[in-house]
Amino acid sequence: MSTPSEKTVKELFETMEYGPAPESDANANAWLDSHERQFGAFIDNVWKAPAGLDTITVVNPARGQALAQIVDADEALVNEAVKAARNAFESWSQSSGHTRARYLYAIARCIQKHGRLFSVLESMDNGKPIRESRDIDITLVARHFYHHAGWAQLMATEMAGYQPVGVVGQVIPWNFPLLMLAWKIAPALAMGNTVVLKPAPYTPLTALLFAEIVAEAGLPPGVVNIVPGGDEAGAAIVAHPDIDKIAFTGSTNVGRILRKVTAGTGKKLSLELGGKSPYIVFEDADDDAAIEGLVDAIWFNQGQVCCAGSRLLVQENIAERFLEKLRVRMGKLRTGDSLDKSIDLGAVVDPVQYETIDRWVKIGVNEGASIFQPDIPMPENGCYYPPTLLTNVSPASTVVQEEIFGPVLVAMTFRTPAEAVQLANNTRYGLAASIWSENINLALEVAHKVKAGSVWVNCTNLFDGAAGFGGYRESGYGREGGKEGLMEYVRPDWQARPRPDLDRDALDVKAWSAATPALPSPIENSASKNGSPTIDRTAKLFIGGKQKRPDGNYNLPVHNPKGEVVGEVGDGNRKDIRDAVEAAHAAKGWADRTPHNRAQILYYIAENLAIREEEFAKRLRSMTGCSAKAAQNEVSLSIERLFTYAAWADKYGGSVQETTLAGLVVATHDYLGVIGIACPDEAPLLAFVSLVGPAIARGNTVIAIPSEVAPLAATDFYQILETSDLPGGVVNIVTGKRDHLTKTLAEHEDVDAMWYFGSAEGSYFVEQLSVSNLKRTWVNYGIARDWEDDQQGAGHEFLHHAIQVKNTWVPTGY
Amino acid sequence: MTVTEISHAIKRNPIMPLDMDIVLNTHVNPSATKRRAATLATRRSVKKNWQAAWLLKAITCIDLTTLAGDDTPGNVRRLAAKGRQPVRQDILEALGVADLGITVGAVCVYHTRIKDALEALEGTSIPVAAVSTGFPAGLSPFKQRIEEIYASVDAGAKEIDIVISREHVLQGNWQALYDEVCQMREACGESHMKTILATGELGPLWNVAMASKVCMMAGADFIKTSTGKESVNATLEVSLIMTRAIREHFERTGYKVGFKPAGGIRKAKEALAWLILIKEELGDAWLTPQLFRFGASSLLGDIERQLSHHVTGRYAAKHHMPMG
Repeated sequence: MSTPSEKTVKELFETMEYGPAPESDANANAWLDSHERQFGAFIDNVWKAPAGLDTITVVNPARGQALAQIVDADEALVNEAVKAARNAFESWSQSSGHTRARYLYAIARCIQKHGRLFSVLESMDNGKPIRESRDIDITLVARHFYHHAGWAQLMATEMAGYQPVGVVGQVIPWNFPLLMLAWKIAPALAMGNTVVLKPAPYTPLTALLFAEIVAEAGLPPGVVNIVPGGDEAGAAIVAHPDIDKIAFTGSTNVGRILRKVTAGTGKKLSLELGGKSPYIVFEDADDDAAIEGLVDAIWFNQGQVCCAGSRLLVQENIAERFLEKLRVRMGKLRTGDSLDKSIDLGAVVDPVQYETIDRWVKIGVNEGASIFQPDIPMPENGCYYPPTLLTNVSPASTVVQEEIFGPVLVAMTFRTPAEAVQLANNTRYGLAASIWSENINLALEVAHKVKAGSVWVNCTNLFDGAAGFGGYRESGYGREGGKEGLMEYVRPDWQARPRPDLDRDALDVKAWSAATPALPSPIENSASKNGSPTIDRTAKLFIGGKQKRPDGNYNLPVHNPKGEVVGEVGDGNRKDIRDAVEAAHAAKGWADRTPHNRAQILYYIAENLAIREEEFAKRLRSMTGCSAKAAQNEVSLSIERLFTYAAWADKYGGSVQETTLAGLVVATHDYLGVIGIACPDEAPLLAFVSLVGPAIARGNTVIAIPSEVAPLAATDFYQILETSDLPGGVVNIVTGKRDHLTKTLAEHEDVDAMWYFGSAEGSYFVEQLSVSNLKRTWVNYGIARDWEDDQQGAGHEFLHHAIQVKNTWVPTGY
Repeated sequence: MTVTEISHAIKRNPIMPLDMDIVLNTHVNPSATKRRAATLATRRSVKKNWQAAWLLKAITCIDLTTLAGDDTPGNVRRLAAKGRQPVRQDILEALGVADLGITVGAVCVYHTRIKDALEALEGTSIPVAAVSTGFPAGLSPFKQRIEEIYASVDAGAKEIDIVISREHVLQGNWQALYDEVCQMREACGESHMKTILATGELGPLWNVAMASKVCMMAGADFIKTSTGKESVNATLEVSLIMTRAIREHFERTGYKVGFKPAGGIRKAKEALAWLILIKEELGDAWLTPQLFRFGASSLLGDIERQLSHHVTGRYAAKHHMPMG
């Protein structure tokens, strides 16, 4: 770095200005030199750089200087890494929790021991201020490994009933290179998985240093494999058949691609995507604190933060003064070299990112936004974007909707708390929110209503290994951190990795979801004993609490195994699904009912089913031809399941997280919203009850598609619902061609989750069609489960799929 | 405009009517304040010549203080002598600032020792500050407290460090606090009034903010954190609250009120943290003894050693520095 001409003490005594305060890069450079500034992949604890592979030049964006050459891994190298991870999995997954805890503890200690080297290297590689890498990134990395050493130790008891997933492929971004590595690797290792991780091509250096640390900690070869590279390496990881789970952090667009590519393969998937998080300031906020909070919300890491508080919502009556204060504060921000200890903003990661930011800002200005950039000194060389405020924008503005991923804040006003919530939730995303008010009643109510995975009350951008981080809506799914984060790295003991044998390219969504016309067919034994005909009883659809004739006005016969028609149900179509979804949305007040009330209603449903036990058993026999005993058993178990979820209605609210915050961090098990449920053909009553039960117990509203072959138990069931005080629209039942109806639900953009228990082909399409709004999916890949078994047919797995975790941070003090 | 020129333009903050709307419209979030305070000194760092200059500035802002029961003319004279010549001459010369006339901001004593201090400071422009109004508890009869101010002003104290009745703050009796401080300001006359809030005894942080506002409306020239005798003295979070109140007062009225953290500030590094706080929250205009003081006794010694280190590159011995 060029040293500015030294000013005299005398001059400085008058000006009292800040000067350069550089952190030394000597150790980091010495480390790079020790590798001759060339790096391969780290596989089986050995560096591998096959000859002939392309390399990527890693650049310090603050100075525009090349730092190192890294290998650009190809498919063959990825395959080698996966092979190493698979070999290591056998013994690693069998090692005791305590053994794994010792390794994770050793990694945590090594991170701390080399803390300064990691932070200097991170700032050189990424451009972020050394203050942030030193005090935030690397501190959190060590914390994450410590915390997860504990989960490894406790896995046998605290995660009883779950096993590791297998080999995990992890693809991480450039904004928090080592922290994202920690978020991925710590839980994976704790739960007994082995990993192949690809760092971002802009910022691979700390991951490579980490590889050395892993070896220093004595981790067995193959447990952690680091494969640097670009798109080819990423694609190879995602497509690799022997990888059991993909964990990704990055853009929403790439997230969609990953969902499509992995659809139908049986790979688990967690996505940590973009955001446009609201930063809400009420009239009674501590405005000075809220201004400082904004600095940490949108200018932290140059705004290249997925959960950046990038959408300022300020109450109209204080907006003018608040924005003026903000402009003054922006004038005090300092931009400079990432290793300067006196700066607020460093460089953005790459000229490409600079161009992206600039393009968005220009679009904003072209659409009429007023732009403010403070008159502060900017470095002449390097890749620096000034802190930017855009006002005169509205929800219709492009810059309000799109994630800019740079130091750019957009500001709007609101009139009332209700309007603040509406504006906050008027987005595709749902990663985080920050709420500023000195009124605890108001702040916590807004925290409750805002759709976001992390909610910070009177604070912002706080993280901890003990609190899950992850999104609602199109910000992705899965959590990282806390017990909730472990769920991404385990599967139930009884379940093997599904490996559907599908030729995915040959599948045709039209053929799969075709609506085959039904022809009239006589119902057997329709003439009664007394000579007069029986009264026709065609089941209807159940939408919004009312029995509805299907929109198309066609019906489908229901056959027993002998091929005899035993009844008819409505042949629902996409309009019926549309109506059912509208009804489910209208019934959302269900989530605000007290858990006690939801429990009571579930008990009441069970009670009413018990009264009609005989009738339901008879119906099951007539449809499925099962024995009287089996039918009786299915109804009894259905009653028991309803009791199970009545019980869970008020016992799964969440927990208090033990983070480093002075205050309260509460993990709330929030409802998902509207869930589509395609029920399996086996156990037509029990499976229906086992799926609808947990969904509504946790406050969701559902559209259930009953078993296509045996739907009558479900349609009989609406009479039970009608007499059990269940509000209309909480459970909607649409009968018909399961896959035809599933398609409409799976691609419906106002449906929050889709559960599908049908074919492998259907599972593929559900996962694929879910991308338009990135709805959560839960599919069976065509593998039936034993619904009578308490492990397979009930319990935490079901509850976990019925909720999303919201972590609310509430600092306290006086 | 240089800092010196700005400081010459300072208009004295007058008594103004008590505006309860402004007092009650106070929103302080203590945990966010603590977070900001905790990271202030991690976000800025001054090194090399910058650090030396900042430390010299800190010296000029010190109210060099002795407030002990065993103070005599002898130790007060010695302290005052140190205040006139706070840094060893060879160090000043090596720094190239021998001609700047660096002295401390004031010498601060009990009433009884004003005369001794004045004698020792003769020929300098260093003011003598006297703690007053029943310092430190402020619980002597009110009339007596006012008379104490008159007596100290008569004795030649150019600055009076008064203490407020904590009772008024704890009972939310802002009118009583306002009346009390107004009378004290009137008693001060031309001498400047530093208003000690004794923040360690005021309860939650928002009380500090409200008390700061009332005291500034009542004509305080400075607001000061502590007597140095409370169990908790100057902290960065309390200083944040007070400096933000000062900024708001300036934005509203155009008058600059000074700030004085006191008690427990012993290290050069801590002094830099406070200067950073002032620069960030109030701006360069406040980085002058007219608007910023440290109430401290042992701080100067540590700063002098740091300056010696800057000059020689060697860590300095305490006994190489002339004592005060």
